[in-house]
Amino acid sequence: MNPGEPVMSARDNILARIRTALGRNEPLDAQQSADMRTKLRMHPRGPQPDMSWDLLERFRERCTILSTTVDEAVNLGEVPAAVARYLSERQLPVAGACWPEFGALPWSPAGLGIEARAVTGDDRLGITGTFCAVAETGTLMLLSGPDTHPATSLLPETHIAIVPVSRLVRSMEDGWDLLRREKERLPRQVAFVSGPSRTADIELTLVLGIHGPTRVHVVLVGD
Amino acid sequence: MELRARSFRQRAAESLANPHLRKALSNLRSRMVVGRVASVGELDNFEDIREAARQVRDNALEHLDFLLEEFERNASARGARVHWAETSEDMNRIVLEIARAAGVRKAIKSKSMLGEESGLNKYLQAGGVEVRETDLGEYIIEQSGDTPSHIIAPAIHRTKDEVADLFEQRHGRARKTDISELTREAREMLRPHFLTADMGITGANFLVAETGTTMIVTNEGNGRMSTTMPRVHVAIAGIEKVLPTLEDVSFILRLLTRSATAQSISNYLSFTTGPKQAGDTDGPEEFHIVIVDSGRTRVLGSELREALRCIRCGACMNHCPVYQNVGGHPYGWVYPGPIGSVLTPAYAGVENALDLPHAATMCNQCGVVCPVKIPLPDLMRKLRERQFERDLRPWSERTGLKLWAWAATRPAVYAALTRIAARVGRAMGGRDGAIRSLPGGAGAWTAQRDMPAPAGRTFRELYAARKRG
Ligand code: SF4
Repeated sequence: MNPGEPVMSARDNILARIRTALGRNEPLDAQQSADMRTKLRMHPRGPQPDMSWDLLERFRERCTILSTTVDEAVNLGEVPAAVARYLSERQLPVAGACWPEFGALPWSPAGLGIEARAVTGDDRLGITGTFCAVAETGTLMLLSGPDTHPATSLLPETHIAIVPVSRLVRSMEDGWDLLRREKERLPRQVAFVSGPSRTADIELTLVLGIHGPTRVHVVLVGD
Repeated sequence: MELRARSFRQRAAESLANPHLRKALSNLRSRMVVGRVASVGELDNFEDIREAARQVRDNALEHLDFLLEEFERNASARGARVHWAETSEDMNRIVLEIARAAGVRKAIKSKSMLGEESGLNKYLQAGGVEVRETDLGEYIIEQSGDTPSHIIAPAIHRTKDEVADLFEQRHGRARKTDISELTREAREMLRPHFLTADMGITGANFLVAETGTTMIVTNEGNGRMSTTMPRVHVAIAGIEKVLPTLEDVSFILRLLTRSATAQSISNYLSFTTGPKQAGDTDGPEEFHIVIVDSGRTRVLGSELREALRCIRCGACMNHCPVYQNVGGHPYGWVYPGPIGSVLTPAYAGVENALDLPHAATMCNQCGVVCPVKIPLPDLMRKLRERQFERDLRPWSERTGLKLWAWAATRPAVYAALTRIAARVGRAMGGRDGAIRSLPGGAGAWTAQRDMPAPAGRTFRELYAARKRG
């Protein structure tokens, strides 16, 4: 290399090769870039499948297909009783951690030892809310944040999600729109969770519960 | 991963003779092929979505430089560190440097095909970083010192009895034979690693330009773990993975999960933007993204560009009659099946994978199921032409084709030769009309298959007879 010659970085080399391969040797000009950015900001949707179904019915149906169990509570105050019912029917541990927003629910009167804190590797039960839930696929849309710890829905064997019926949306695309309306920016992580973790890596045979929860239970609140 | 694509024929023959493998592969048809039909059927406008996906992927490739720069800008603005690697060796080096600078002793890894391409695990291990694969299939592969044979189900060639033996030996626990017990044991063995690793390494199914987001799809939850628990996260991604918006990813996912595993959606879709933020309890302090070329720009500028649309669903291999019979190992590198027959020669050089573009029946099942409409048989044909142009085909085949071309342009000669061939062929056939063994160089063709014997008369003769009435 001759002195004074600019040092090409890997980045420059790759971008230059891309441009050569595309047969234009130049970056997009200012106008083209501005047009592209405008298009990106409009985030047009791809073709949507038929979504003429009833929101709540569809959500329940898809949850069942995913092996997520569903229960109902008329209001938040009734949630601990519904949770207690679920746990005792399956003889599951009644202690665990929940997101801070649910810390004040009457857990102990329902016979449960639920603390508002981050989970540890030893917790067997995690209780969360959700940003919204996608009816098309029976999916929880969880945002990471100081009060919405991602590990609560990930480490314990049992994950219970409290889902207000008013937070059901049709599609993942509707979820993104809602996020843009209500939050200033994307959280560190958006996790779309659809049922208990699963694998079919041995003989293509489906098994529930590998690294994430073995059970996911949804308590729908309100109507 | 070491390239062994030169020995396709020999390894395919070994595979065909392996009864364990035949048993393991027998599930493909019943589970993957049948399941996909039902799953795709849920979408009333599957073909429209497929066509749109093709266009969005093509358009992204057409604007690849712009989208990557946009991605870099937006990811950096959120505190991610973006690195660029021209080769897979460079990528390995960058990841090791990140690990060293952060004092990483142990890394957990979520399945990455790019990591397989570059042999990342071996490299890191040689550099003093312990690496643990966490996808169950990859874990089985790692523990047995094997290589993956499918891009979605890496250990599809292993039977549960083989896994039972392996776990008993590696874990030192009582032998389990039930698949859910084996899975449970893997969960118990891997959980401590998730909680103690310093670094998580993942691939990326897509990069989102508008938001600087990397996203991964998993069913097991290991992807979410790897991006949430350790204090450093490194995502490695090929340049072709970038899409403009979250909406683009969302609608293409409707095709990806159905084509891959016949699911309407996979369990965990993790969209990650930047490292841990103020007040977060979980998430890495450092988030690095390595954008890798490693042969992709060469493909972009070639007649094989369409292969870069691939979203790694695996449907083409699930539906390939060759793959269904020989499995993934004979293909000799990271990508088996039809997409491997294109990508391996495209990335590693045509001369290093001579048999692959011929490892197909040209039935076009792969082209029909590919969610982004990659014309795989056409691309294989183009590779064959390249081989021929570069005189890479064996002498006998080239001479044969030249002789055929000579005869075919001389109708009388052609008619005479085919007449003889049809008679001889008929005489060679058994009672069931199958030729068990062809003479000379063609013998290799019948070593694993039968050839239907010709009827004894040529089309020309039959046609002439009919015209005579
Ligand atoms: S080529 Fe098509 S079918 Fe094959 S893995 Fe890629 S996207 Fe899937």
